[in-house]
Order: sequence, then structure tokens, then C-alpha cells
Amino acid sequence: MPDDLNWAIGGEAGDGINSTGKIFAQALSRAGRHVYTSKDFASRIRGGYTAYKVRTSVDRVESVVDRLDVLIALTERTIDENTDELHDGSVIIYDGERTSMQDVEIPENMFGLDVPLKRLAEDAGGAIMRNVVALGAACEVVNFPIEYLDSSLSKRFSDKGTAIVENNQQAARLGQEYTAENYDQDYDYDIETTDEDYVLLNGDEAIGMGALAAGCRFYSGYPITPATDVMEYLTGRIDQYGGKVVQAEDELAAINLALGAARAGARAMTATSGPGIDLMTETFGLVAATETPLVVCDVMRAGPSTGMPTKQEQGDLDMLLYGGHGEIHRLIVGPTTVAECFWKTIEAFNLAERYQMPVFLVSDLALAVTEQTFSPDTFDMDEVEIDRGKIMESDDLDAWVDEKERFQPHFPTADGISPRTFPGTDGGAHMTTGLEHDSLGRRTEDTEVRVEQVDKRQRKVDTAREQEEWDWREFGDPDADTLVVSWGSNEGAIREAIEFLAEDDIDIRFLSVPYLFPRPDLSEAVEAAETTVVVECNARGQFANLLERDVFQQVERINKYNGVRFEADELAAEITDVLRPQEATTQ
Amino acid sequence: MSSDVRFIDFKSDKQPTWCPGCGDFGTMNGMMKALAQTGNHPDNTFIVAGIGCSGKIGTYMHSYALHGVHGRALPVGIGAKLANPELEVMVAGGDGDGYSIGAGHFVHAVRRNVDMSYVVMDNRIYGLTKGQASPTSREDFETSTTPDGTNQTPVNPLALALSAGATFIGQTFSSDARGHTEVVQKAVEHDGFGFVNVYSPCVTFNDVDTYDYFRDSIVDIGETDHDPADRDAAIERVTEGGTEYTGVIYQDPDSVPYEQREGIEDNMAEIPDGAPDDAMDLVREFY
Repeated sequence: MPDDLNWAIGGEAGDGINSTGKIFAQALSRAGRHVYTSKDFASRIRGGYTAYKVRTSVDRVESVVDRLDVLIALTERTIDENTDELHDGSVIIYDGERTSMQDVEIPENMFGLDVPLKRLAEDAGGAIMRNVVALGAACEVVNFPIEYLDSSLSKRFSDKGTAIVENNQQAARLGQEYTAENYDQDYDYDIETTDEDYVLLNGDEAIGMGALAAGCRFYSGYPITPATDVMEYLTGRIDQYGGKVVQAEDELAAINLALGAARAGARAMTATSGPGIDLMTETFGLVAATETPLVVCDVMRAGPSTGMPTKQEQGDLDMLLYGGHGEIHRLIVGPTTVAECFWKTIEAFNLAERYQMPVFLVSDLALAVTEQTFSPDTFDMDEVEIDRGKIMESDDLDAWVDEKERFQPHFPTADGISPRTFPGTDGGAHMTTGLEHDSLGRRTEDTEVRVEQVDKRQRKVDTAREQEEWDWREFGDPDADTLVVSWGSNEGAIREAIEFLAEDDIDIRFLSVPYLFPRPDLSEAVEAAETTVVVECNARGQFANLLERDVFQQVERINKYNGVRFEADELAAEITDVLRPQEATTQ
Repeated sequence: MSSDVRFIDFKSDKQPTWCPGCGDFGTMNGMMKALAQTGNHPDNTFIVAGIGCSGKIGTYMHSYALHGVHGRALPVGIGAKLANPELEVMVAGGDGDGYSIGAGHFVHAVRRNVDMSYVVMDNRIYGLTKGQASPTSREDFETSTTPDGTNQTPVNPLALALSAGATFIGQTFSSDARGHTEVVQKAVEHDGFGFVNVYSPCVTFNDVDTYDYFRDSIVDIGETDHDPADRDAAIERVTEGGTEYTGVIYQDPDSVPYEQREGIEDNMAEIPDGAPDDAMDLVREFY
């Protein structure tokens, strides 16, 4: 029996797949098991197919694998879609009384459990609970104590009243009992539980929680997959701290609303995906020129244009690095795990205020939709530090006025960072503009002042480069000949791939890079390695291109752009492939 | 902050580069007077301007100010006001900024009804780019880019605002110093989005909508039997065509600003030195 269990529920969009999957994942989390979830939206055929997949183990799980042990199939197509992942002994739970499922064929080598989901749900109080009946059946199959499911159902439905909670718990019982009575097979699964307390959250929620921890008080956005969860998480919660979420009429307004709030002194942010970044790019230059601290989050999805809105891709890096006319100073931070989405968001706010410039927080769909378990102290709020940079009170202003006693918000300091006052601060009134301006913030076309201000803004980047630690996260064998470099959500899959490869005696040094600009200098690492492989979810190898330019050396590339995140076992095979011809030539 | 602020305190030492005779001089003077007369102070005032001749206003006034991207001044002003409701926020723009490139934001700013004011210097021409048609140019107005006229119906800003649910609509003429100041002042005092369209003639590029034209055509709505609280009457006045009304054309006496409806009271600039005290509760929610 493998250490991990791979479980899924699939059906049509609208079947309650996500919420059912989340209930099961939460039950596992409450049982002290680690969970890593992913969502399938029609991988091979266009249409309404959707699935919620859960990988669970007592040990940490960081990625998906190409294997499915237990599948709740609400439609026949759910089985077809997962043929490759199903294996000898996989269990498929389905409702043979459903008209469309009457003729369903379960592959010979698998166990088909025909459970009357709808009928039992009606017995418990309503057909709507048929998925919960299936969860009860799944508990029986894998020997998972149903009390954890009770607890998860209670969390999910408590705001709808005790009766609803109890009906759902009853529905789960009926599913469990029916399965126990009608199927006597031992499937050899025994879900171990532990006393660990875990929390279960996705990358968008982690970004939202990070924003609250960091003192973000103003969020404006326009709904867009897969960034909307950030906005929905903050809505209501931010109010408890005196903040507000504002739904804008478009992304042009969203970033300008956030800019206005930031000028007024609030820690402000907006989150969107590629198409929204396109619109917001108009304002990037203004944010940078006016030296306004702003966090702009891009949860990437497959482009170009509308692309594949519910699919994974890391295709926006070039745009984030270079988007906008003229030379726009910016910092780009890219969390590589769900937990890092929390910490990097906090860091993004500090960087934005410390250097008074736009900070792009780049995440991706795979992080956004992955629910993952963590020990609560992963998010130790006592560790949160807030640095607001050079904010001036009225009493501080004497040092920053010109000969006419006028405050100079763009004074060209040695480190490039100027004093900042918020409206309402006596004596600090000033204007600022997207036009080139002098130290007072007033328009100028004076050639010397122009150069002085451009240099001053550039000095902030230089200062940031020197002051901050633009580190990488390192895994694997530090002395290995093969160096794997990646960014974004691929970290988990690569870490697991390293373990697979170790079994084949292939050692890997893996650097996961959470800073895109400025970014760590990887020259020494690349030089020390025989082979460098850059792994990323895009076709052109945008990060690989950067790295080649940074280190003046060609690198190998593994690119995936079919819309699906890397799987650990698939990645191990691809890395092996990359290394094979080289082994051949050295022989 | 001092309570005896004079309008001159809102003036910067930068000399305007508007053409001599430009309506924007009078428009700006009225804005400064209105701000001073409503007890505001430059250190407590945030002015946002877009792009165009009107966009320069932040430079010539003294206050906290941002001169932003073309058409996007309103969202900046709204963001600032929501982040600190204590601020006096005034947005200034032109007809191109507000009714063309920023038309989308105009409609939604009106709907949102945040307690701020919006002054549009409507000269019915693009002046800074040297004389092209604007969204309020007349249908037969010939310019370098519309040699046969625009052949489009001009935007009717007041009707547009009313249909979007405006709670305050004023219209003024820049050379009517007293009338203009009075209406802007009422817009500032209004509990909600105070919108004022200002006839602010361009002496260089518009030879149709001139001072003389406005002087001859304007009707002070205050001297008619119009009741500004009567929305139906306001709709009739702004859609009847042919008359250039000035004054407060509509004001909803029951207007409740967005920030009040949303319960926004705090200055969002003030945050703790670390995570909020109860922040671990946020983590435990995910248990």
C-alpha cells in the first residue's frame, strides 16, 4: 500500500464538486493528515467536466501525481477522463440508479461500487446531499473514521442550522452503512489519523490573509479567474480592521482606486490575472513616477487573450518585467508555495513602502486553487514585521523643505528614497504627477532635473538590491551535477520529483527562485553544475531566457503549456530525459 | 489647522500657462474660493486632475494633489476619500477626460456617490492637442480631425449623470465668478458626489462655444420656478435641449454617501506595527 491516497470526485460543473471535495479535504485535515488538492476542468474534451482531487498522506504532500485510487464518478465521463490515472484495484463509487449511469462499465481490474446516492440522500432529507452520501461511502472504502467527516460537515453547514448539519451527517452515515452492507471487499486502505492540528487553505486565501496581517486596509479589484478568491476572502474580513474592499468597474479603475488610497496613506492592493494586468499597465508608470507604494498581484492563467481562463500557466513574466512605456521601476516577488503566498504578500507591502514603488506579487493558478494543509504556526503572526518606510509627521518636515519652506516629496536623497507625507499632515501639502517633476512634485522639462529624478528613482532599485536579501530556496543535494531552477508553483512537484530521481540514483540540486526582479545571482550555481535545467509552465521559457542572459550560458528547458501543472512523476521522467543524451555523449 | 483660510492659500506660486482669457482661470478661482469658504485647508485637501489643459490645475493650486493618467482621475479621488474620509477630495477634469476616455469612470463615480466633488471644465474642444473634436462638441463642429463636423450627437453630461443616479448636478459659467463659486461650494457641501459641469470657453480653438455665445444663451435656473429637489423636473430641464442652464439643477436632499452606507469611518493610514492582535484567529478559521 502506498503512503499516500489519491482521491477525487468528478462530475459536471454545477454538481457541487468543489464544495464536496473541500469537505472531504477538510475532514482529512482535521484528522491530522496532510492534504494537497487540485482541480480539473475538462482536460481532454471541451465541456462541463470538472473534478476535485485530493492527495493525502501522514507526511507532507507538495504536488499531484499521476495516480487515482478512489474516484467518486457522478458522470460516466468522469471515469473516461481519468482512465490513465486509474489503476489495478482503484475503487469507483457511482450511482447505478442514475439514468445516465445505468450502463456504466467499470474496467475489469477495478472495484465498482454501485451506491444509490440519490435515493439514500432523499432518505436523509433531500437529493441535494447525494455527494455527501458518496463521501460516507468513501469513508467506508478507505477505513476513515466518519467522525472527521461529521466535523467537516458541521463546519461547512453550521451557518445553515443544526437540522441541515444533522441531515448531512445522516446522509454520510447512510452511504457508509450501505457500502459496508453491500460490499465486503477489503480494499487495503487504512487511513491513519494523527493528533496534529492543521489548517487548510489555498494560495489566494494565503495572499488575502497576508494582506490583512500586513495592514492592508484597501483592496480594489475586478472579478477575474483565478484571482477572485483574494477579493472574496478579504470582503468582510478587512472590514473588521477598518478597511474596505471595493469592486471597481474595470481594472483601470481598480488600480487607480488603489493608487488613490495609497496616496492617502493606506496600504493598498489590487489583484487580477493577465487580462487585468494588460489594463492596469496603463497606470504602472504613474505609480512608479509618483513613487507610490502599491502592491499589484497577478495570479497568472493561460493566455494570450482570454486563453484558457481556468488553466495553469506562467506566461506573464515578460509583461511584468517590461510592461508599460518608458522605463518603469518596479520590484517583482513571486511566492513558490501556498504558505509563501502569505509571507511574500507581507514582504511585498514592506518593499512597496520602503522603496515607494509598485511591487508585483506574481502567483499562478496552481497556487491559487490548491488547498494545502499547514501547521498553524506556519503563519505565526508574531513573526509579522511592518516597515512603513520614510513617513514624515509635521514635526519632521523642517529637514525636508526647500528655501521657500515647501515640502519636497521627491527630494533626491542619497539612497533615492524620499520623505513621504499623507494628506492631512500639516505643512506637507504637495502635488505629484506622472509628468516628469522636480523635487516639489511639479512638472518640469529641465534637462538636469530630469536626469536627477530618473537617477534618484533608479537609486531606489540599487538600494533595494543592496539592502534586501534576494535569496533562493534550496533543496536536494548541494553538490549534485544537475541543477534544476524554477519559479512559482512548480516547487512542490520538483521537490517530489527529486525524491523519485534519488531512487534512480540521480542527484539534483534545486533552486526555487521567489524573486524575479531583482533576482538572486545564480552564476556560481550554474557554473558549478554540469547541466542546468529550468522548469516552467510556459512555451518560450521566459525565466530560462532571463537566466541565460544573467549567466551568459545556455540552459536546458522543461516547458509545459497544455494548461495543466507539472506532476511529480511526470517531471522526474522529463528530467531523466533531459539528462539521458548527455550521459550518452559522455560514455 | 487654521479656520480662517483664504482662497489665496490654495494658490501655488506657479503661474498658469493657460492661454490668456482661458475659462479655466475663472473655474480654478471658484474652486479655490469654494474650498476656502467651506472651511477646508490645503493640508486637508486632496485634488486629483486628469490630462488636458484642465489637468494642470493641481500645479497651480496648493494642496495635496495628484495629476494622473488621462481619464482616471475619478477612481484616484474615490480611493483617497475612502481611505481617509476626513479628507476633502475634489477631482478636476475636462470634457475629454471625463466624458470620453474616462466616461466609464464618470458613470460609476456618479453611481457610487462618494462624498466628494467633481468639476469638469467643459470647453467642447481638445485644446492641449490643438483643436480636435471633444465628446461635447456640436454635431456640425469642424475641426482638424472632423472636417465635416463630428456627425455624432454630443454627450449630454447632465443627462448622463442623472440617468446614472446622480445626487447633485450643477452647471456654471467660468466668467460668472459668484454663480460658479456658489454652485461649486454647494457641490462641496453636498453629502455625496457633487458634480459640476463648467462652461469654460477655449478662446484659442473653439470659435463657436465662445464667451459671447454663453453670455447670450445661459439661463440661471435659480431665476426660474425650478425646484432642484424635483428629479423629474431636472430630467426635463437637462433633456429639453436648446437652453444652457446654470445653477443647481438637481440635488437629492436625502443623499447618503457611499462611505456612510458602507460604514467606512477610519483613516486607513493608521495601522499597527505588526499583525493585528487577533490575527491568529484568521489562521484558525482555516482549521
